[in-house]
Amino acid sequence: MVSAARLSEPAFAAGAAIGVRRVSHRFDLGGAVLPVIEGLSVEIEPGSFVALLGPSGCGKSTLLRLVAGLEPPSAGQLLVDGLPIAGPSPERVVVFQDPTLFPWRTVWDNAALGLEAQGVRGEERRERVGTALARVGLAGFANAYPHQLSGGMAQRAALARAIVNQPRVLILDEPLGKLDSLTRIAMQAELVGMWQRAGFTTLMVTHDVEEALFMAQRVLVLSDRPARLVADLAVDLPYPRHRGDPRIAELRRQALGLLGLDATW
Amino acid sequence: MSSASHVQQIAAPLHVAPRFRPHALLAFAALLWFAAAGVSVWVPDADDYERTALFALLVGAVGAVLAAASLAEPALPKGLAARLRGVAPWLAVLPVLLVGWELVTAKFDLLPRPFFAAPQSLLEVFTDDWRRLGESVARSLFLLLGGYAIGAAVGFVAGVAVGWSRAVGYWVHPVLRLVGPLPATAWLPLAFFIFPTSHSASTFLVALATGFPVTVLTWSGVAGVNRAYYDVARTMGAGRAFLVLKVAIPAAMPSVFVGLFMGLGASFAVLVVAEMMGVKAGLGWYLQWAQGWAAYANMYAALLVMALMCTGLITLLFRARDRLLAWQKGLVQW
Ligand SMILES: Nc1ncnc2c1ncn2[C@@H]1O[C@H](COP(=O)(O)OP(=O)(O)O)[C@@H](O)[C@H]1O
Ligand SMILES: [Mg+2]
Repeated sequence: MVSAARLSEPAFAAGAAIGVRRVSHRFDLGGAVLPVIEGLSVEIEPGSFVALLGPSGCGKSTLLRLVAGLEPPSAGQLLVDGLPIAGPSPERVVVFQDPTLFPWRTVWDNAALGLEAQGVRGEERRERVGTALARVGLAGFANAYPHQLSGGMAQRAALARAIVNQPRVLILDEPLGKLDSLTRIAMQAELVGMWQRAGFTTLMVTHDVEEALFMAQRVLVLSDRPARLVADLAVDLPYPRHRGDPRIAELRRQALGLLGLDATW
Repeated sequence: MSSASHVQQIAAPLHVAPRFRPHALLAFAALLWFAAAGVSVWVPDADDYERTALFALLVGAVGAVLAAASLAEPALPKGLAARLRGVAPWLAVLPVLLVGWELVTAKFDLLPRPFFAAPQSLLEVFTDDWRRLGESVARSLFLLLGGYAIGAAVGFVAGVAVGWSRAVGYWVHPVLRLVGPLPATAWLPLAFFIFPTSHSASTFLVALATGFPVTVLTWSGVAGVNRAYYDVARTMGAGRAFLVLKVAIPAAMPSVFVGLFMGLGASFAVLVVAEMMGVKAGLGWYLQWAQGWAAYANMYAALLVMALMCTGLITLLFRARDRLLAWQKGLVQW
């Protein structure tokens, strides 16, 4: 990471503000209607790091898909810097729990995906892909195929594929959910470092309370389906943070209580 | 890989003078080929056979090549040597089979004659009738490859369209469902009636036989693409053309190749029937012509050539697949 810090910084546009205004979303399940999000309103500051916590199946991923523009909401408004979200855009990139790398492309070509789709070519493409791969520590694996990577490396490649677009909003859906605990801890710090350097707004779903408190400035706790905002916790701690910080322990007890899991320790 | 060569570097000085030893099984195989040549030279033929000497010469030549290979085996390139060792058991069994065939036919005349040909009779077909046989191969290949290319291209495009577009799927699916399972040869009378030439009719039949499996498997490949791939590409600014050309099609390629293999198999069957019934050229026609004249040696020779042609084409397709789908697990070759 020391060497990565010396690399030229990519020219990220500053993070964007996200507005979620009375958003509801329901799925049509062959006649039956499944309400997943109900009247949710949240304002997210540009450049902030917000974590979403909530019970499994409550609609967190659905909310991220709405912000990404992959689906329009059933009701309400979603805004980026005050303008309605009309569809997906490389300004708002998603990293999923599965790396979903294209198995027929090398790591390099996977990372170049967005630039290829946007018609960025030549020297600029090479430069941006090279920088992104170096940033996630995969410069030496440019020619490897996804099946040759470990889980952590694959997720790093997915991260490179996202940041190469110089997004203003990075959307992370349980990005570290499938990694072993050591890789996870290492990548938590790397993600925070990346966010701090680049300045994009980060919206991350996690099922790990501690991870949310270690990484985010703000933790939104959602209710059972249909998702409503239960609590909005400010994690008023400077970075780098310490896992053993008593304030984190305090917030953790609070968050677990809000999720209906009363900490008995 | 680098670690393996490293080990070799360390290990090399251990046997400073590698012991020179011919490969035993290859040498044994060479001996058997020589023996087979000897049998055909010294055991007298039961009848007049024109090519016994040439046959013995060729069999002996194989023995000579194998003898040389068994001596040179340690010095041969690694890949070639490994392949030779791999086929060595076959190389040892083949001359035994050849001698057996030779003895029951040419030497002792134990099998009913017109139906069972001696090996030198097949050889005679190749030396005396190569012009007609060669032309038949050319005509067959021309017809097969033309029809296959058309069928594969149309099937691929149709499969992608059906897999991608709900509207196209709505209209094409029932047609495929109804017409697809029909064997292409069932169209034969109609095709020869509709098309202006028997060649175009046969090309159509081969294309039809190829097109159906290619369409269905391309379609199922495209329909089965992980939706998350589209989500990823869309958030990064991919348009429709990008989603089809750079996501759906590459993801569907393994399935497309299954269709291409099935189509190739089906096209062989149709080719032979079309040549027998319609175009009066090619290997299928040659087979029928040989049967009409009770020229069984010609028939066996044509069957052998056809088998070689089919397996050659299948091998080519395997090569193409291994190259294009090198990214697939287990297929990766460095
Ligand atoms: N495309 C869809 N069609 C129908 N139901 C869906 C769809 N996507 C998600 N759901 C349902 O919506 C609910 C919320 O899903 P999701 O947002 O993935 O939850 P999570 O909070 O675990 O990420 C779940 O009950 C899920 O089954
Ligand atoms: Mg989820």
